[in-house]
Amino acid sequence: METAELLEITLRSLLVAGAATLLAALPAVPLGLWLALKGGGLLGRALLYAGMALPSVVVGLFLYLLLSRSGPLGGLGLLYTPYAMVLAEAVLAFPLIAAFVLSGARGRVEEVRLLVRSLGGKEAQVLPTLFWESRRTLAAALAAGFGGAISEVGAATLVGGDIRHHTRVLTTAIVVETRKGEVEAALALGMVLLGVAFLVTGLLLVLERE
Amino acid sequence: MRPVLQAQGLRHRLGDFRLEVGRLEVFPGEVLAVLGPSGSGKTTLLRLLAGLLTPEEGRVEGGFRAYLPQTPPVLRRSVLENAAFGLRLRGVPKGEALRRAEALLKRVGLEAKARQKAHLLSGGEVVRLALARTLLVEPEVLLLDEPTASLDPTHTAKVEALLLEAAREGRGVVLATHDLFQAKRLARRVLFLYMGRVVEEAPAETFFQNPKDERSRAFLEGRLLL
Repeated sequence: METAELLEITLRSLLVAGAATLLAALPAVPLGLWLALKGGGLLGRALLYAGMALPSVVVGLFLYLLLSRSGPLGGLGLLYTPYAMVLAEAVLAFPLIAAFVLSGARGRVEEVRLLVRSLGGKEAQVLPTLFWESRRTLAAALAAGFGGAISEVGAATLVGGDIRHHTRVLTTAIVVETRKGEVEAALALGMVLLGVAFLVTGLLLVLERE
Repeated sequence: MRPVLQAQGLRHRLGDFRLEVGRLEVFPGEVLAVLGPSGSGKTTLLRLLAGLLTPEEGRVEGGFRAYLPQTPPVLRRSVLENAAFGLRLRGVPKGEALRRAEALLKRVGLEAKARQKAHLLSGGEVVRLALARTLLVEPEVLLLDEPTASLDPTHTAKVEALLLEAAREGRGVVLATHDLFQAKRLARRVLFLYMGRVVEEAPAETFFQNPKDERSRAFLEGRLLL
């Protein structure tokens, strides 16, 4: 594989996984904090933890059916584009991020609420305070979400189609190279994937330490 | 004189524990000491008065109240930002809040630690920080739960001076304490709680010199209340 193509695939992997993480975090972070404020109800936690075990191929299949030409969202023309991959990876990252935020924030809810209310603050001020107090957990949650997204292969293949110069990412490229018998190239891609994952999650964890 | 805080017919249950307080008033400029053995309901009463708990029956009315818990929480921020937190909640601009917080930190002897992370403070320093944070929001009523339990005599004296100053400024101060000497030093009135009931309420001098109830007398004499 040419260096230029390797760079292109790496960059696409980063962009797709990064966008998916951000897209998932937008609803997942408030949901995790809200569930923590509501006492981290058993049902909410059970659903999120079940979501963490979602088989990616099944997510990919559902999205495929939604986005395929005859599907309800077929008109959007998203199938076999990086956007569809972002969507699939976001669905998989969502429960990971929400569950991390929930478990990190749960332990601090009572003291944050006591502090805010004891100083005359309103209940509505508890959530933003909790958000700021949970920022370390937030970095870990984003790292987990990004890790889940960038290492995803089943759903990315189904809705992205692994089209060269269009939707091929590191994970799908590894599958292709292995199938071709190019084990060395596959291993090299694997090392790049590991490096990227370590680098980004490492950066997030540096943020976690402020 | 109009009370700054009034409670009427309070009833509240926490598990097997029941608290009942018929009538309670706190006047501007006074320190009301709430005495009683552990588990008598002092913290529950303070939290009801602060509006942190909703009574099953009865009502609490009065001006702006701030509550200082026995183990005050701190935010993962600097000492200065922690001190300014209450003001920020009340919409005071950041610069002004930090300036006012810095001035009060000097008075509680924490100015040298203003830029340090608050979670690195000792237990006694956390209490002084929390007191500064509570005083900064300028409540009409201060509700304090054993604020000097973890302080040495020097810092206890500083905290007591601040409480008396708050009372002189016209604030009502409700102080739950185990420390009889502290209650003698600070309180104008005493309310003695035993097993969730107000056993005696009297001016401090009367309470300490001539307690009416046998249980108050036993408590003052250091006898075990069983």
